[in-house]
Amino acid sequence: MKNENLYNYILGIADNSLVLGQRMGELCGHGPSLETDIACTNISLDLFGQVRSYFQYAGKIAGDDRTEDDIAMLRKEREYRNVLLVEQPNTNFAYSIGRQFLFDVYHLAFLSELQKSKDLTLCAIANKCIKEVSYHVRFSSDWVKRLGDGTEESSRKMQEAINDLWTYTDELFHQTEADKVMVSEGIGVDVTKLKENYYKQVSYLLDEADLQVPESKWFQKGGKEGIHTEHLGFLLSDLQYMQRTYPNMEW
Amino acid sequence: MSDKKNWPLWEIFVRSKNGLEHRHFGSLHAADAEMALENARDVYTRRNEGVSIWVVESKHITASNPEHNGELFEPAQDKVYRHPTFYDLPDEIKHM
Amino acid sequence: MSEEQIKNLEDQFEARIARDEKIEPKDWMPDKYRKTHIRQMSQHAHSEVVGMLPEGNWITRAPSLRRKVALLAKIQDEAGHGLYLYSATETLGVSRNELYDQLHSGKAKYSSIFNYPTITWADMGAIGWLVDGAAIINQVPLCNTSYGPYARAMIRVCKEESFHQRQGYEIMMKLANGTPEQKDMAQDALNRWWWPSLMMLGPTDDKSVHTAQSMKWKLKRKSNDDLRQQFIDQTVPQAELIGLTIPDADLKWNEDRKSYDFGEIDWDEFWQVVKGHGPMNKERMKARVGAWEEGEWVRDAAMAHAKKKQERKQKQVV
Repeated sequence: MKNENLYNYILGIADNSLVLGQRMGELCGHGPSLETDIACTNISLDLFGQVRSYFQYAGKIAGDDRTEDDIAMLRKEREYRNVLLVEQPNTNFAYSIGRQFLFDVYHLAFLSELQKSKDLTLCAIANKCIKEVSYHVRFSSDWVKRLGDGTEESSRKMQEAINDLWTYTDELFHQTEADKVMVSEGIGVDVTKLKENYYKQVSYLLDEADLQVPESKWFQKGGKEGIHTEHLGFLLSDLQYMQRTYPNMEW
Repeated sequence: MSDKKNWPLWEIFVRSKNGLEHRHFGSLHAADAEMALENARDVYTRRNEGVSIWVVESKHITASNPEHNGELFEPAQDKVYRHPTFYDLPDEIKHM
Repeated sequence: MSEEQIKNLEDQFEARIARDEKIEPKDWMPDKYRKTHIRQMSQHAHSEVVGMLPEGNWITRAPSLRRKVALLAKIQDEAGHGLYLYSATETLGVSRNELYDQLHSGKAKYSSIFNYPTITWADMGAIGWLVDGAAIINQVPLCNTSYGPYARAMIRVCKEESFHQRQGYEIMMKLANGTPEQKDMAQDALNRWWWPSLMMLGPTDDKSVHTAQSMKWKLKRKSNDDLRQQFIDQTVPQAELIGLTIPDADLKWNEDRKSYDFGEIDWDEFWQVVKGHGPMNKERMKARVGAWEEGEWVRDAAMAHAKKKQERKQKQVV
């Protein structure tokens, strides 16, 4: 492939939306109210829409006949580059909201930088996605506040979720080799520069939600290199089921 | 079951595009006004139906009683002089 | 009110409906009208919401991203339709929570078809094509029903549902034109969903209670048997077009009637499922009750937060 770095870079971005979209999709029909159900499905739909734009572009770059579905569904588990955060399960609604919130704040900052990319396609995708993600931030932040500053039970559950998910936040700011090359070419986003502001923003909101900012300094990493938590394999078995069971067919 | 814990009902008004009035679209449940706005966005404008949303908690709406329709609305029925067709014009004048 | 006065009001009420006037929430209405509407509208709402489950089953396993977003959007619409219909029912003075209680306790019914399992991807096609197809036949006349809020909700529902059946038929078409394995999958789904879809249009006219009254109130415009015939007549050519076979050996075009004759429906199975003995009745209720109970702390938190925020605001004003 001529531009393997760009290809890998796009996959790195898109896999986050793919895996998170899949997780949000799991909630459909099982939310705490019909209204929240509809809202979570909207987020899932936004994310899958983004995935399709990214993978269609990646397919073009690969220059062979691979489709968005080939890229989404026919890789091995070690070839997915999403961060560990987004693959964490829907343990309860606080985990779903916590995961969404911790990712959304990063996602918005990332996309506003990606809008400055020299790659015009990525730039255009970022332009479109940023409005969706701004809404996601608003939605998940509001819910963190409701749960954090709600009842005793909800506050405990929200705190527990934040504590457990915190360990996956640092990885958002790691750079892979493809990232570095892309940054040097003016195409990619230097995520290391987003870190300080991210923790500032997240801490501010947690404080507003009457929650403690976790103090743990030990972080998990590996997703960007394809070393995932045990959860991803199960998620992929669902995601890939049809394509694996009935290979080379059109749907 | 304690009833006061339930999310109250809100009435949703949506402006489809600028230049048009807000129209009643339906209702939904939400814990507070912000949530009502967000829910309304997701429930009633998924297909690009709106550019502006109003939400009002249903209990704040005061409605007229249909039993009073006679005294409220019927007196207006015979006030034909409020309509242009009440007035005679010579045939030569086409528009006025 | 004296009996005579009530009788008088009832006569006026029926006359209004006969004149095609709409009834609005605060209008006087006979108790039976209110109760019948609460029952039918909430059943309708429950069906939308329970109906999310068999399809929701396949969101994570949809075979392509295009199919996945279409399916998600369709199920989301069903949540929306449940919501519109619950809201319309609430105008009759019953809360959504009460309606949920009726569903969860088994007191309220929902469409029996959702008690069948979705075991292959082709079931997504069959549901969209057949189940939504049958539902549309039932629903379109309701856009003109006598109770204003119900009619308005149905107009919105019908407008949004227009893509649902196409979504399903497209899935079936793709399978039917695909590999032999895919075509088998489609045929198998048609075999399993055909008869339940016919049952979905309700018991035969001679076994159907409420019909006369419902006709008068425009809750029904055609009899169950007429609707069923309409469904069969429109669906058979659609199956032929994509090379699938309707699983009914007695199905035959009747030139005199200009309609299809069809075989005996297994009403015993229908009543078994209605009574709760379908393959998935228990699972469906478990999922709904589970979502509701697990969501309680979330709903409570939102209310507690709203109250705190309100109090803080008031303090600031003072």
